Amino acid sequence: MNASANVNGEKKPIVRMTGITKRFPGVVALNQVSLEIYPGEIHGLVGENGAGKSTLMKILVGAYQPDEGEIYLGDERVTFSHPQEAQRKGLSIIYQEFNLLPDRTVAENVFLGREPLRHGLVDYRQMNAQTMALLQQLDVHHMISPEVYVRDLSVAQQQIVEIVRALSLDSRVLVMDEPTSALSETEVEILFNLIRNLTVERNLAVIYISHRLREIFDLTQRITVLKDGNVVKTVQTCDVTPNDVVRMMVGRELNEYYPPKASSSDVREVALRVVNGSNARLKGINLELRRGEVVGVAGLQGSGRTELAKALFGVEPFTSGSVEVNGRAVRLDSPMDAIRCGIGFLTEDRKREGILPSQSIRDNVLLAFRALRGVFSINYRDGVRGTPSVAELGKRVDLRAPSYETQIRYLSGGNQQKAILARWLASGANILIFDEPTRGIDVSAKAGIHNLLRDLAKNGAAILMISSELPEIIGMSDRVLVMHEGRLVAELPAGVSETDIMLAATGGRETHSEETTI
Amino acid sequence: MTHTTPPVKMTLTRLRAIPPAYFILLGIFCAAWLVVELFGTGSFMNPDTLTNILVRSVALGIVAVGQSYAILSGSLDLSVAYLISVTAVMSSFIMQGDPQRVPLALAVVLAIGVFVGLINGLIITRLKIHPFIATLSTSLMMKGLLDTGFQNFAGSVPKSFQALAYDGWGPIPYSVLLFLVVAVVGEFILRRTRFGSHVYAVGGNREVARLSGIRTARVLMGVHVLVSLTAVLSGIFIVSRLGSGAPWVGPDGAYDLESIAAVVVGGTALSGGRGSVAGTVAGVLIFGVLDTMFNLLGVGAFLKLVLRGVIIIAAVASYAIRSKHEVA
Repeated sequence: MNASANVNGEKKPIVRMTGITKRFPGVVALNQVSLEIYPGEIHGLVGENGAGKSTLMKILVGAYQPDEGEIYLGDERVTFSHPQEAQRKGLSIIYQEFNLLPDRTVAENVFLGREPLRHGLVDYRQMNAQTMALLQQLDVHHMISPEVYVRDLSVAQQQIVEIVRALSLDSRVLVMDEPTSALSETEVEILFNLIRNLTVERNLAVIYISHRLREIFDLTQRITVLKDGNVVKTVQTCDVTPNDVVRMMVGRELNEYYPPKASSSDVREVALRVVNGSNARLKGINLELRRGEVVGVAGLQGSGRTELAKALFGVEPFTSGSVEVNGRAVRLDSPMDAIRCGIGFLTEDRKREGILPSQSIRDNVLLAFRALRGVFSINYRDGVRGTPSVAELGKRVDLRAPSYETQIRYLSGGNQQKAILARWLASGANILIFDEPTRGIDVSAKAGIHNLLRDLAKNGAAILMISSELPEIIGMSDRVLVMHEGRLVAELPAGVSETDIMLAATGGRETHSEETTI
Repeated sequence: MTHTTPPVKMTLTRLRAIPPAYFILLGIFCAAWLVVELFGTGSFMNPDTLTNILVRSVALGIVAVGQSYAILSGSLDLSVAYLISVTAVMSSFIMQGDPQRVPLALAVVLAIGVFVGLINGLIITRLKIHPFIATLSTSLMMKGLLDTGFQNFAGSVPKSFQALAYDGWGPIPYSVLLFLVVAVVGEFILRRTRFGSHVYAVGGNREVARLSGIRTARVLMGVHVLVSLTAVLSGIFIVSRLGSGAPWVGPDGAYDLESIAAVVVGGTALSGGRGSVAGTVAGVLIFGVLDTMFNLLGVGAFLKLVLRGVIIIAAVASYAIRSKHEVA
């Protein structure tokens, strides 16, 4: 790679990982992986879920120990047995999930475990002053005060507090694992400016892990692609296109993912009709959903997308208006009502609202079916006495698992999503609401979920798909509904452009694309 | 580009520093005063009644300070009731009415307290057994050991030792001073020491604490030693009041569950990480005011318990509603 030698030729790498191998029972998570990071560089690390990105970073910061291979910091060979040792050497990581205490102040969080002392007591004055100084260096002191409780900060501000904590450790290398998954577009911009400044002014090296290729291309100078525990290639960002990177990750083109749309003969009778549905968060919803079609729902965060799904599933019911299912007027006042009407809901937050993590795949799949049978019914084995066969359902949704007795938490996100889908098929649902169906699911599994959605529609299901990823909305939907401030403000045909959707979603005033991802 | 969230005002932080339990305490105090003056037999706003409220809060109050630490750190301690019994029985048994044996007795019971705390801490951190089960089990062990050796009041404390319960510094009983000192020291450690910070961190999120370099096991060990020591202090107060210790003094006072209730009424989150000793003091005083009010009104024992239960639920529900508003 001559290009990289030219750019970084004069510099020596600050971190050099060579021949890193890590085995877990049954799998080789990393196989002879080498990685060089230069000071002042923003280095993207991409790969599908399970490619080994997180394992590699955990080894770098001392949370795991490698089975083979060496890590050099400058010229010094290092081995870490605890994250603290890596921290002392200037290696910090900001994990995907937040590592802050909401009920403590910003300063208390920044200096957690290293509180400055005076006469044996915590010196709050100095702690607050030092935190303030760090906030000023980042020019964020006008929006975050050291004495404010972290609970009262926005997600982006909390992210910044994490960065401040990393800086207070005098970090030379900062690993960020999907830092933007909960941020809006504006907040992402603030964060990116901060990262860029830090690399320029302090020569900080940043390793940036993300599924969002747009961010990787916005931010990084070089990209390392991992696949199945191997480095595919390290490239200069300016030399490649997102399509190239995806091809390296999965061996497939980006625009290949979406199955063909429904033809006019596929679209059949109306399955679900809402007339003038309203509640505290929704106003005058009029909606028709037909069998055989996938209807996309777009809108900014807080526009009422998820509330619409919750209303249709009886979680936060409509308080006025009428609902018809298959031409019959119904009331959807509880999830049970909705399930009886053949509605299934795949929630946005799989971990908290979708799965019973430590129960088997079988029990998770049969959950809604058993609930329908009532409290005093006997749980027959699946496939017996009218109980659906989990094996058959699993095959239908292409669920891949070592055994159906496996606890569902051990499955990948994609397979968990398929198991939840199987749950609704078991309950006889044929009106399916998907809220962010592919959130946190890796690129190749995404395509699987998309194909599955289309197959279900072809077989007569009516599908409502909420997504904040516009390409997904455009790629999948036969019609696009756009929400804004609790109303359905537009219905757009298949093949509509991102601009048209954003125009409607922002109330038609401006088209700045918020929270869109590739 | 505009910022999505305005900077949070610092005044909000300052206001939140007063535990909301004090507002409830104030409300209940005023209500009690009014109700007793209107319908009661005695008078409420006189020094005797007010001192009585404080004195009857001492035994529960001291151990509740310790329990606050346990709950703040995400743990809890059910063994305090029997540790109080062990303390009461052992100290009167060792003293046998002899003032010269007082220091020995105190040294022994404090050592027992440290030992029990260490055992609880070790079971929780090393064997990774849930604190509920761990401390329930050590509690059973203490009950068993105590019941084999003692069936009734054992020994007695010297008259001079009873001064702790019955004398005072001017109008303020020594026992109330003891409670005050324990509470102030308890709050000070939480607010101003690293250990205090780490108690909040371990209770708030154990993994975050660990990744920040805090030795969480040591913090939990320290917390359990502290709870046990407060239980010992409560036991010492109780035996000085009764003159002799019996195996049932701890469980009869239900100090295990009552102390947890006082902590929670004081506004500390049962899941840990949020709350204060100051809040717990308010929680204990709420119970004290209620008891005194019920006595002056001649409310029956059973109805008293029902009303107590109602107040606990009402207080904790008001916090839950409050925190929901904060989120929204």
